[in-house]
Amino acid sequence: MPKIHDRGGWPNDDPVDHSEHEMEEWERQVDALNGVLGDKGLKNTDQLRRAIESLDLTTYESLAYYEKWTAAMEMLLVEQGVMTTEEIDAKVAALKQEQS
Amino acid sequence: MAGEAAARFKVGDQVRIRVGVPPTHFRTPEYVQGKQGKIDTLWGAFPNPESLAYGGDGLPAQPLYQVEFAQTDLWRDYKGSASDKLLIDIYEHWLETI
Amino acid sequence: MAENGHHDGHGHGDNAEYYSLRAAAMQALLIEKGVCTLDDILTMADKIDSRSPKDGAKILAHAWVDPEYKKRLLADAESAFLELGYDLPETSPKITVVENTDEVHNMAVCTLCSCFPRAIIGRPPAWYKELAYRSKVVVDPRGVLQEFGTKIDEAVQVRVIDSSADYRYLVLPMRPAGTDGMSEEQLAELITQESMIGVGLALAPENVRAS
Repeated sequence: MPKIHDRGGWPNDDPVDHSEHEMEEWERQVDALNGVLGDKGLKNTDQLRRAIESLDLTTYESLAYYEKWTAAMEMLLVEQGVMTTEEIDAKVAALKQEQS
Repeated sequence: MAGEAAARFKVGDQVRIRVGVPPTHFRTPEYVQGKQGKIDTLWGAFPNPESLAYGGDGLPAQPLYQVEFAQTDLWRDYKGSASDKLLIDIYEHWLETI
Repeated sequence: MAENGHHDGHGHGDNAEYYSLRAAAMQALLIEKGVCTLDDILTMADKIDSRSPKDGAKILAHAWVDPEYKKRLLADAESAFLELGYDLPETSPKITVVENTDEVHNMAVCTLCSCFPRAIIGRPPAWYKELAYRSKVVVDPRGVLQEFGTKIDEAVQVRVIDSSADYRYLVLPMRPAGTDGMSEEQLAELITQESMIGVGLALAPENVRAS
């Protein structure tokens, strides 16, 4: 059974979806953040791939592209001790407060 | 590049792709594993992604090859022309001599 | 909350709210901790945005009109890009150009993720990164070509290239008939993103969409 990301030749009856997807601003910034962290030597492409590949099948198949990147980036930043899950949770709560 | 191994294969060599699904990160899809193809291009040596994925330096760099397969060798009931090909870039440690 | 199980979500909806906040939080923390600045991020976003299919089209149109340039492009794409002022960042994966002819039709995919020649033509289209294309194109390329409305003769060899390692592939589509005497700028308009991936052909001059 191939790994979840190893898709060549998997049975798939879906048509290729040609619809254009406008990139959300948050996705654009995740894309950029990935590049910045790479340039600063904090992560490389293979680490990001490895983190994405560690997601469970349902998550891998249901998350959008940059959502997967975000999940992977969190794994890597926490793994490297740059921040903790608790810190991220606290910051999310604070941002939600600011928004309301 | 430092720590570079000399290439074991040359253009035109027949090779088989190793079979294996390590629990760690690797870049050899299962659809080519165990299949026989031909070396099409020598790309030079590159750091090993299997090490880079865990923060390693990826050395010694692995020679990277583009391998060409006949599609009819990869898929039973291939729905295309008998001359159609599949090319893929594979690191040397995944290649076996025939 | 999972969306339709076999089709990737699109960045808006319940998951997006969760992840966009998560991303914003990580970004804020990275800036607070002095790891990077907001300016670093915005500059990078602009840098990424600065490449689009138009850049690839410009280079490939030049190859159509200049046979010696085409030879150099096929032999060493990155040096040829540099000739036209395109200096790839050191961290970019290697890019190479493959030529489509009346005997050979190349198409590119990354079955394992979404590897794409971003440094020269920008981000891949959504479908390229999704499961249907990645699953189907290696086993049934002619079926996928048909989905894109592209007809390739049985006598032409279809070559699917899976970008599984350090190289990214840019397809040089065939120059369409009826384009003699067109300027490079006009020719560049015929070269679509789809033709540079290999799921489509360059446009016939009468089919150029008004932009």
